[in-house]
Amino acid sequence: VIYYNTLVVLIGTSLLGIAAGLVGTFAVLRRRSLVGDAVAHAALPGLCLAFLIAGKSVPNLLLGALATGLLCVVAIAAVARWTRIKEDAAIGIGLTVFFGAGVALLSYIQKHPNDDPAGLNSYLWGTTGSMLAEDAALILGLTLLTLVVTLLLYKEFRLTAFDPEFARGQGWPTLLLDLALLGLIVIVVVIGLRSVGVLLVSAVLIVPAAAARFWTDRLSVMMIVSAGIGLLMGAGGTQFSVLSGLATGPVIVLTGTLLLAISTLLAPRHGVIARLVAHYRFRRSLRIGSP
Amino acid sequence: MNVSMMHVWMILIGVLCNVACALPGCFLVLRRMSLLGDAISHAVLPGIVIGFLLSQTLDSWMLFAGAMVFGVLTAFLTETLRRYGGIAEDASLGIVFTALFALGVLLINAVGKYYRVDLDADCVLHGNLEWVVLDRVELGSLRVPRALFSLVPIVLIVIGFVVLLWKELKISAFDPALSTAVGLNSSVMHYLLMGLVAVVTVAAFQVVGSVLVVAMLIVPAATAHLLTDRLSWMLLLSAAVATVAAVLGYGGARLWDLNTAGMMAVAVGVLFTGAVMLAPRHGLLAKGLQQCQLSLRISSEDVLALLYRTEERGGSDGLSVTECGRAAGTTWTARWAVPSLLRQQLVERTPSAAIRLTSKGRDVARSLVRSHRLWEAYLVQHFDLPLDHLHEPAERVEHFIGPALQEKLSAELSHPASDPHGRPIPGDEKS
Repeated sequence: VIYYNTLVVLIGTSLLGIAAGLVGTFAVLRRRSLVGDAVAHAALPGLCLAFLIAGKSVPNLLLGALATGLLCVVAIAAVARWTRIKEDAAIGIGLTVFFGAGVALLSYIQKHPNDDPAGLNSYLWGTTGSMLAEDAALILGLTLLTLVVTLLLYKEFRLTAFDPEFARGQGWPTLLLDLALLGLIVIVVVIGLRSVGVLLVSAVLIVPAAAARFWTDRLSVMMIVSAGIGLLMGAGGTQFSVLSGLATGPVIVLTGTLLLAISTLLAPRHGVIARLVAHYRFRRSLRIGSP
Repeated sequence: MNVSMMHVWMILIGVLCNVACALPGCFLVLRRMSLLGDAISHAVLPGIVIGFLLSQTLDSWMLFAGAMVFGVLTAFLTETLRRYGGIAEDASLGIVFTALFALGVLLINAVGKYYRVDLDADCVLHGNLEWVVLDRVELGSLRVPRALFSLVPIVLIVIGFVVLLWKELKISAFDPALSTAVGLNSSVMHYLLMGLVAVVTVAAFQVVGSVLVVAMLIVPAATAHLLTDRLSWMLLLSAAVATVAAVLGYGGARLWDLNTAGMMAVAVGVLFTGAVMLAPRHGLLAKGLQQCQLSLRISSEDVLALLYRTEERGGSDGLSVTECGRAAGTTWTARWAVPSLLRQQLVERTPSAAIRLTSKGRDVARSLVRSHRLWEAYLVQHFDLPLDHLHEPAERVEHFIGPALQEKLSAELSHPASDPHGRPIPGDEKS
């Protein structure tokens, strides 16, 4: 039996999976996977500030998360661009310092319980707890937005993903396109905060795309497969979490990891088994051919 | 209990944790593996829980062993996924550590349900310094926190590791290929370092949580990297930054009654921002200042060269300030070109308020024009450029050709008397 509330949550996480699958394809190909992790961690202080200033309505919280998430991305880009600190360290610095600020703010909120602090804690680990229909509508709107933008910029993203230097040489605004991709990553992360949680939401962005990579060499097919795997990951994980009573975020992530493991083993050309078979056949063909 | 003593213990524990993280962090940052440190400190969680399940206590060597296994496993799985799955390194890292962390969280939640221990998911995030300090044991006349008995050895192990393997760590940090070529397997060093990070993580996470562990692995090292170019100084400075961050963070946390680990992370972030701005050579302020100075020097030199050429054509009355300003260019430092030349007494005002060279300024200007025309002659000799393509590059290069290079150019061209346009190349004599 699926209750109305579960249904709303299920639709939410399925949409999340699809959006993450699409955006994640470009995030992974453009080597921006871990930016999602930084954005997610940086969302925590935004959530807390929004909670302190405007209360716990979902749109406010998400707006706060969006603000600090974007701020962190900009800070990382600035540090990597203008100092001798490399991008990986810049990501690590942005991630931990913003998250540290979030943890400090969270401790303030928990010591001054003017409202329901448990609401915020659920953003850390993800929840399938009650979701209002208008929250689901907001998530639906954001998902549609990422879908439309990704499809509109498909050609441009494809070019920058595979050959950014060529794209720049051809006169495409690569900086703007990169910013657009970062913006999409931030939106997907913010959508995922509630159901998967700050700490693990980056996996939703990476895992479907990485799994889809095993099944195909074509970008268009990879996007469709990735969206499909994202859908399975979101919906399957949520359903399993509801049935087992385990924390939603980790269960969704482990569902995705399972799908990735299956892809790694069984995918037709790049999978481990297919490769072993091909290797074996090749060796046999050598033996037959030799005198 | 003595309250001030408690502050001392908490700061001491914070400092030990932070320093233990900061030292190996230097090598992570230099080897561009910062995020592997981040990943490992998350991914050791299942190892810690399994260690706990096997030993049934929170302070057993099995926790360390479990964490080390999972730490090295993270590095190994990431590498395998990257090599055989064709997935970019950052993505494979993201997959491995989120999966292991998710597993760890589920395990920890399950353990929390069946065993009554303070091992819960939130505690993993931001530690529990306040409780750790209360758990004391007698040592002589002092009652010291039990955590010191794991932290002090860890700090000693880290220092010992760095000191004993100094040259190996150094070479594999800066040139892994060379390191392997001279017989030091750099992947062995890689896994040793990962093992060390895992050990440090376990020791520190119970006290300050995984947030602070990651912050202290990366941020003090990056701050020190901005402040110095020497590895030994970098290690010392990173330890100093970690210590200051511990004290400041603790102070802030007590002052506003906030979470200590979070505030320490914020404090180290503030220190890093300070270094980004103010570092003596690599800071933004220093770089900006340098650029302003260079830009001012170029503007001033352009004015000097213009004055020299005017004199050369017979105009000895000097030029108006406006004409000089035009030669200085349009950069925003240009407006200071003439005042700064006046101050250095390279130019002077004539009675009719025009600007003309002093004899000191004429020497500088002559050398500039000499550089300019020698370079033009050199370009014509070696690159066969049309005459109207010579001025532009020479105008850029003249500011960077010193006397030594002038001499070489002149010798190379067998001391020409005039440039390709037929104008004399002034000698290097002083008036």
